[in-house]
Amino acid sequence: MRVFAELLDRLSYTPGRNAKLTLMADYFRAAPDPDRGYALAALTGRLDFATAKPAMIRGLVEQRVDPVLYGWSYDFVGDMAETVALIWPERPGANRPPELAEVVERLSTASRSDSPRLVEGWLDALDANGRWAFLKLITGGLRVGVSARLAKTALAQLGDAGLEEIEEIWHGVTPPFTEVFAWLEGRAAAPAIDLRRAFRPLMLANPLDEAELENFDPAAYRAEWKWDGIRVQLAAGGGEARLFSRSGDEITQAFPDLMGSADFDAVLDGELLVARDGEIAPFNDLQQRLNRKRVTAKMLQDFPAHLRVYDILFDGDEDLRAQSFDARRLRLEAWYAAVQPARIDLSPLLGFGGWDDLASLRETARARSIEGLMLKLGDSPYVAGRPKGPWFKWKRDALTLDTVLMYAQRGHGKRSSLYSDYTFGAWRTGEDGAPELVPVGKAYSGFTDEELLQLDKWVRANTTERFGPVRAVKPGVVLEVAFDAVHRSKRHKSGVAMRFPRIHRIRWDKPVEEADRLPDLEKLIEG
Amino acid sequence: MVSVKPESWLKVTERGLYCEPGDFYVDPHRPVERAVVTHGHADHARPGNRAVLATPETLAIMKSRYANKAGDALEPLAYGEIRDIGGVKLSFLPAGHVLGSAQAVLEWRGCRIIVSGDYKRRSDPTCALFEPRPCDVFITEATFGLPVFRHPPDEDEIAKLLTAQRQFPERSILVGAYSLGKAQRVIALLRNAGYERPLYIHGALQGLCDLYRDLGVDLGLLKPVGDTPKAEMAGEIVLAPPSSLNDRWSRRLPDPLTAMASGWMRVRARAKQRGAELPLILSDHADWDELVQTLEDVAAPEVWVTHGNEEALVHYATGKGIRARALALIGRGEEEQEEAPPSEETKT
Repeated sequence: MRVFAELLDRLSYTPGRNAKLTLMADYFRAAPDPDRGYALAALTGRLDFATAKPAMIRGLVEQRVDPVLYGWSYDFVGDMAETVALIWPERPGANRPPELAEVVERLSTASRSDSPRLVEGWLDALDANGRWAFLKLITGGLRVGVSARLAKTALAQLGDAGLEEIEEIWHGVTPPFTEVFAWLEGRAAAPAIDLRRAFRPLMLANPLDEAELENFDPAAYRAEWKWDGIRVQLAAGGGEARLFSRSGDEITQAFPDLMGSADFDAVLDGELLVARDGEIAPFNDLQQRLNRKRVTAKMLQDFPAHLRVYDILFDGDEDLRAQSFDARRLRLEAWYAAVQPARIDLSPLLGFGGWDDLASLRETARARSIEGLMLKLGDSPYVAGRPKGPWFKWKRDALTLDTVLMYAQRGHGKRSSLYSDYTFGAWRTGEDGAPELVPVGKAYSGFTDEELLQLDKWVRANTTERFGPVRAVKPGVVLEVAFDAVHRSKRHKSGVAMRFPRIHRIRWDKPVEEADRLPDLEKLIEG
Repeated sequence: MVSVKPESWLKVTERGLYCEPGDFYVDPHRPVERAVVTHGHADHARPGNRAVLATPETLAIMKSRYANKAGDALEPLAYGEIRDIGGVKLSFLPAGHVLGSAQAVLEWRGCRIIVSGDYKRRSDPTCALFEPRPCDVFITEATFGLPVFRHPPDEDEIAKLLTAQRQFPERSILVGAYSLGKAQRVIALLRNAGYERPLYIHGALQGLCDLYRDLGVDLGLLKPVGDTPKAEMAGEIVLAPPSSLNDRWSRRLPDPLTAMASGWMRVRARAKQRGAELPLILSDHADWDELVQTLEDVAAPEVWVTHGNEEALVHYATGKGIRARALALIGRGEEEQEEAPPSEETKT
């Protein structure tokens, strides 16, 4: 655990990609099995145990530490796991510090009632850095600035296998990946995987830089709608089928309706949607089906799942990924015509003459409740990851609204000393007939570091009330907020909720009286 | 049994802590007629006083920094010597903070007050170890006065530094360390760890490193970064004052990996604000455990807390049956911790 904790500590402070790779590769070379495999699982989000609840950990620390001192410490540190790690009273020599594998294996089999005692014993045995890493590990989310892909890139440095080969077997192997290390170090053959129902890493698109469009030949590209659902992969074969999210998490269980029609032998790439009689429902409807372990019959009836397919990776046992997009499209259409599965249809290719033509089509996206367009090179093979060039997403323009800053909250982690989360409001007419502000959203991104410092300073100088980490400010700054969409919401005081709001511009120049009104926002509601 | 009330003869004034019967100030914030100075850091030793009484090492540091502004009359008082000033007996005890740092022991009419200045308890190859002495009132700092501050063993932090140096042979490892005390301590700790390569130092560290050496602290081979070719510093450890870390100055180093040596590095958000890629938790101030241990060691029935997180230490001491209060001293711990990272001039 100590060496793993050191790795996490160093990673969390290391900004450079190459330096991160060095740190991880050195660790993978030096650490023993099965520790390094569990470390790899942690870095790639593949650990599988019920995460410990923050409340349980807080309960443990409050038995050991004066709650007043804990409270002040938490205020200073700004992160629960870190505060507990630092404040936990040391008991040198209390126990042997656990190895990473021991923590993972025992925690994944421990009953709910046993885990507090286990956690307590380990906290006693570890040092401050070890406790921090341990708490991050068991509460989920390491947040050390390492993507699964970067961790696998470091892994590839262990031997001669390329990243693509690792990606290929990745979803067929499980922690602690001892056979993977053996393979990479040349001590064994590549792990044998049943590829038919395994997840294949997706090909992702880059956002389009419109200025570059004129350099592209329209005839070389194919256009599709960018549907407002979630990207999935359906892998079916041998009488079984699995549904994966874009990151490879299996979500089969939640979609029995769709999976019921996956009685074929193919791997498809498409958009998961809710559709009624061929009519696509808003994203909000799909949300009712997401992140659920169990589904009720009523949900199946009210929010029927649908798959709109835009690519085929395997037809039977035949791997089509090396073929061009155009060739795969022909195969997809032929496959679809032959199989005709229920609840599944094809995303149509959009005909267009030139870029202007396509731009006007994009203008209609919002009216159609579509997120925008996808552009794909006709000769592009299917490549895992996000290669630069072949695929682009061209989203519809964001909506904007001039709002007034109402509350600011201190951020977390790096931003724990800065007021970086902003709640903003729009004007409406109050019961007494006077204008009043009502909160319409919250955003914590879209500004530069320098703007953050300015806003932080302004918030401190214009505070009217404090509630813990939150400050109410006098109406004085107009924030131009960009957002993707707005819909009705019973949970919000204003009756509306924005999707993906972010600060577009800070309008220091604009008087707050001239900010927008709630009815202006309501006009933008779709459907 | 205390015969006189301590606050009747040692008072908080605008200029700092004032001993009335002796007519002198301890670490005055503004120039005064007669100053007793605990150590050479700029928030304690300020220029422009008429008479200055301090340890010989502290006076040497002040002369090196302030030249003829160090004071008109410099009166050395070595550890353990006693000076009578207007009936007040004054002596110095080692504080373990930096070279020459002292606790000022004041005795008047049977009442002993110790002004500890800044201190730490662990051993430091560059200065004498803190000596606890029982007293009626102990005046303590509380820079790291929260139980989250527990500085790890120095050797662990130095090992982190040496690991990085081995791991990135193409980069120079740039350590930000305050020019008085911290820089020399990092150097001495590296030497103790068996690191014999030359250490490269920023010009601003040269004077004090020379002074330390003159005062008998061995620092091994130091080279000025000055005109050293960039390539020569790949894989080498370089020390500079913290303000130079992200300064244009650092561009003369090959892809520097920035380390920062400070007790604040214990808290991740602070370390990130500082932009440290390799935070080294090395402090010249007592951590929470040391503060608590010291209160126990000096067994003072009354404790005054000067700067840092006073409230937490006052809360703790009160819980232990000690009369404790926070002193609002001007010029130290002025910045609200939450609002801004502490300036390196006052806190490292």
